[in-house]
Amino acid sequence: MIELYISLPVWVQASIKGLIAIGLIIPIAGACSLAERKVSAWIQGRPGPNRARAWGLGYIPILGPILQRLGIFHLMADGAKFVFKEDVVPGHVNKFYYYLAPLVALVPSLCTIVVVPFGAYFDSATETIKPLILADVDIGILAVFAIGSLSVYSLILAGWASNSKYPFLGGIRASAQLISYELSMTLSVIPVFLWINAPGAEATLSLVAVVESQSQPGFWGGMWFIFLMPLCAFVFLVSLFAETNRQPFDMPESEADLVGGFHTEYGEFKWSIFFVAEYAHMTIGSAVFVLLFLGGWNPLPWVPLETLIAGLPMWLGGLMGAGIFLAKTFFFIFFFMWVRWTLPRFRYDQVMKLGWQKLLPLAIANVIFYALAIAVIELS
Amino acid sequence: MSFKTVERKPLSLAERTYVPQIMSGLKTTFKKMVKPKETLEYPEARPPIPPGYRGVPTLVMDPNGREKCVSCQLCEFVCPPKAIRIKPGEIPDDADTAHVEKAPQEFEIDMLRCIYCGLCQEVCPEEAIFLQNEFSLSGYTREEMVNDKTKLYELGGTLPDDHLKWDKKKAAEKSGNGAH
Repeated sequence: MIELYISLPVWVQASIKGLIAIGLIIPIAGACSLAERKVSAWIQGRPGPNRARAWGLGYIPILGPILQRLGIFHLMADGAKFVFKEDVVPGHVNKFYYYLAPLVALVPSLCTIVVVPFGAYFDSATETIKPLILADVDIGILAVFAIGSLSVYSLILAGWASNSKYPFLGGIRASAQLISYELSMTLSVIPVFLWINAPGAEATLSLVAVVESQSQPGFWGGMWFIFLMPLCAFVFLVSLFAETNRQPFDMPESEADLVGGFHTEYGEFKWSIFFVAEYAHMTIGSAVFVLLFLGGWNPLPWVPLETLIAGLPMWLGGLMGAGIFLAKTFFFIFFFMWVRWTLPRFRYDQVMKLGWQKLLPLAIANVIFYALAIAVIELS
Repeated sequence: MSFKTVERKPLSLAERTYVPQIMSGLKTTFKKMVKPKETLEYPEARPPIPPGYRGVPTLVMDPNGREKCVSCQLCEFVCPPKAIRIKPGEIPDDADTAHVEKAPQEFEIDMLRCIYCGLCQEVCPEEAIFLQNEFSLSGYTREEMVNDKTKLYELGGTLPDDHLKWDKKKAAEKSGNGAH
């Protein structure tokens, strides 16, 4: 099996790996939509979707009722519904851009997984931890930001192509908000990369390098960056909420004042693509946060993954590494949902004020502070 | 009137960042999340029915299994939406309860007309018709929604009876009023 895989041309290998990653992220995004409903329900004192039961699977003695209580069949029913619904296109839309917008939403969200590692395994041949990643390129975080921020075009395109007032307002809000918060977001990760790159040495923006520098021995080496740079983590998290259009920053959607925001005119499968893209974006965002500030696949602060999986077989160690990393990521996705039911939505002017007058100066001051601090440490 | 000026403290730095407030909010929502759920999962769990609830009207039997309705038709006449139809009948002479004389031959309540007002229960001199706890009645056709006598007794069952009026009458007939 492995020989066959290695004998394939590189582009086939890459395609297989890419398809596996996409095959992983789309079910996660689907499961997120179910988790969203469940978490919302639990916080509101309801049990959430638990009625649907599919023939076959739902009647397995113990498993069936558990799946039913978890609402898995609602998820399947939802998915099937979106695929088989009638494809309605309103008469007043600009058809080309109307169809293009959901694709522009989905493609960047899925592209960013290329540079995001989602686990690690212990390579016994070289005695080192190797990341599970599609392409460990040096531009890492820059690629995430560059590609990830393309998704703002989808919101603008959707808002404009819908040729209707509420989506238009949603698109305008989306463009203003996403562009403003991108600044703070980018600035907030600069200290991390200043810290991990020694002066004079070959520099990297790779996310793998960030995790590696969080799994060194010693008190400072094993420290997760959230302890070292709490303000960076805070600014990054707030901007992440804004970038993924989650409450309290869901201006582009704000169903109370804009009906459905940018996707008001969208229905059936096209709408569900927006939905999947949003959750994929959220997943990638959470993953990047975990990599940057929460030690990636390291189980605990000051406990690198290596100590845990060094003696284990490669596949088990790999599963554990991916499991730890995904658990942290899922916690953050849960956190997004948790915050959604805790905070009310900001007003549009408050979003702008927070972004430009509070968060951006804070991020700049933060960069200056850490740049000076790192300079002092490096010089001494 | 005297006024008292309430001093408004300026917000502290921590308060201005909102972070402590957000934390306490998150705590509240988390507590709500792990709390037992409020929802009553209806078909499996039924709500408690308070006493005096007016559900579907039913006909009841007394503890001896005698049908209490004597087809006086008061309920039919009082029924505001005219949901009740009774065809009076006679109890044959050789029956044990022949002294009651009358019993309904047919008794129909059209549940599509019934407004659950409870006037039939109130007017019944024999305590034979009761609005009981059943509240979810459904059917696929109009005919199904008309409860006939069998269905009404099935729904009603037997209720306790303190008087047993007709048994006493029979006893009095046999042995005079001295029996009690």
